[in-house]
Amino acid sequence: MMNLTLKIWRQADAKSQGKMETFKVTEISEHMSFLEMLDVLNEQLINEGKDPVAFDHDCREGICGACSLYINGQPHGPDRAITTCQLHMRTFKDGDTIYIEPWRAKAFPVIKDLVVDRTAFDRIMQSGGYVSVNTSGNTIDANAIPIPKEDADNAFDAATCIGCGACVAACKNASAMLFVSAKVSQLALLPQGKVERQDRVLNMVEQMDKEGFGNCTNTGACSIECPKEISLENIARLNREYLMASLTK
Amino acid sequence: MAARSALLKSSLAKKYWMSLTGLFLCLFLIVHLAGNLTLLKDAADAGPAFNAYTEFMTSFPLIKISSYLLYFSILFHAIDGILILTRENKKARPVNYASNKAERNSIWASRNMGVLGTAIFIFIVLHMANFWFKYKFTDIAMDPGDLPDMYGIVVASFQEGWYTAVYVVSMIVLGFHLWHGFESAFQTLGINHHKYSPIIQGVGRFYSVVVPALFAIIPIYIFLNL
Repeated sequence: MMNLTLKIWRQADAKSQGKMETFKVTEISEHMSFLEMLDVLNEQLINEGKDPVAFDHDCREGICGACSLYINGQPHGPDRAITTCQLHMRTFKDGDTIYIEPWRAKAFPVIKDLVVDRTAFDRIMQSGGYVSVNTSGNTIDANAIPIPKEDADNAFDAATCIGCGACVAACKNASAMLFVSAKVSQLALLPQGKVERQDRVLNMVEQMDKEGFGNCTNTGACSIECPKEISLENIARLNREYLMASLTK
Repeated sequence: MAARSALLKSSLAKKYWMSLTGLFLCLFLIVHLAGNLTLLKDAADAGPAFNAYTEFMTSFPLIKISSYLLYFSILFHAIDGILILTRENKKARPVNYASNKAERNSIWASRNMGVLGTAIFIFIVLHMANFWFKYKFTDIAMDPGDLPDMYGIVVASFQEGWYTAVYVVSMIVLGFHLWHGFESAFQTLGINHHKYSPIIQGVGRFYSVVVPALFAIIPIYIFLNL
């Protein structure tokens, strides 16, 4: 069992000025997930008649991309290749002070406390993250199209991106390049994605720039902090795709 | 619409130009270093060799043309890097983290390219004021071969301790800048391949240590021996 000091960003709404507030939680089991520890804190706050800390969460098994949190200076906490919901309290020690902050980016404004608005990612997807399909009733089984194993694997690896935004949070420039590159790659590598290939990359980058994300400077922080370990090779692919599309289209 | 502005205004375009001008500057450094290494010859040979080199660099037409490309590249790389990329990127995160452990996910040089670049730019201004400006716009004594005696100016400069120190420190800064910049330029151009990337990384790291080190040895040699 652990007793912890939590320093948490509190902000009433998007327009309010926020600040770090300190809380104490006691008798935290090392078997708890990080989010369960926050549940304990919120229960305590509710019992005291106070406003609970708002944070995003959904599946709590590392696949939905809802949970976020910048924990002790790193997105999704100190462990590699996991989301916050998969972070366990055994990572911490009794008496630790834990900083918990929202993703920080102009393109991800805070809605309340630790919840940020990530709809910028949705708008990027809407601008190009789709493929043309035959709707005449004769839809072809995707498995009927031969695809080299390596391409299928690379596309699948890119498609494991859950869109949580840790890449933006980790990047010193709040750049969304890892996310956009994963989404461009997963479609550009497959025959189904070839139809809109050039428009997709041009439109998605244009939307990314409009949203106010920073420019990539290849620090590599995004890939290191990514819970799905999306590779920097995707960013290189995005750079290639964009260069080719802008030269030929 | 997107396609038309893609190579000029987009976030990626700024990077492509950054990368191309950066790689051109890397190429230039090799040419520059090759000439400078004549300064390490015996005192009797170094003077004529270095003066002949400066004469060649300022009169050979192809070099003259590339020198304008060089001035443009330095200015573009600096303006694009400092005024646009670094400033825009700061604006993309208006509120900073109270606790941020960036050292766990990226190397220091990669996060400080703007600061390193600014220091290098200040160095280039100082460097050009002392050598390039003097050569172009002031009367310089002639050497026995009737060439402007740049060797004499170089030796006089590096007999000053503080001046030698500024050069050595600047070359260390350049090394850090190149350590990230060289490799990064290839990634920006989309060159990332499991076969070639390790080679690019190796060449980049070798380059970023050896080139600045050789540049730095020259002022130290002159300061200690001449």
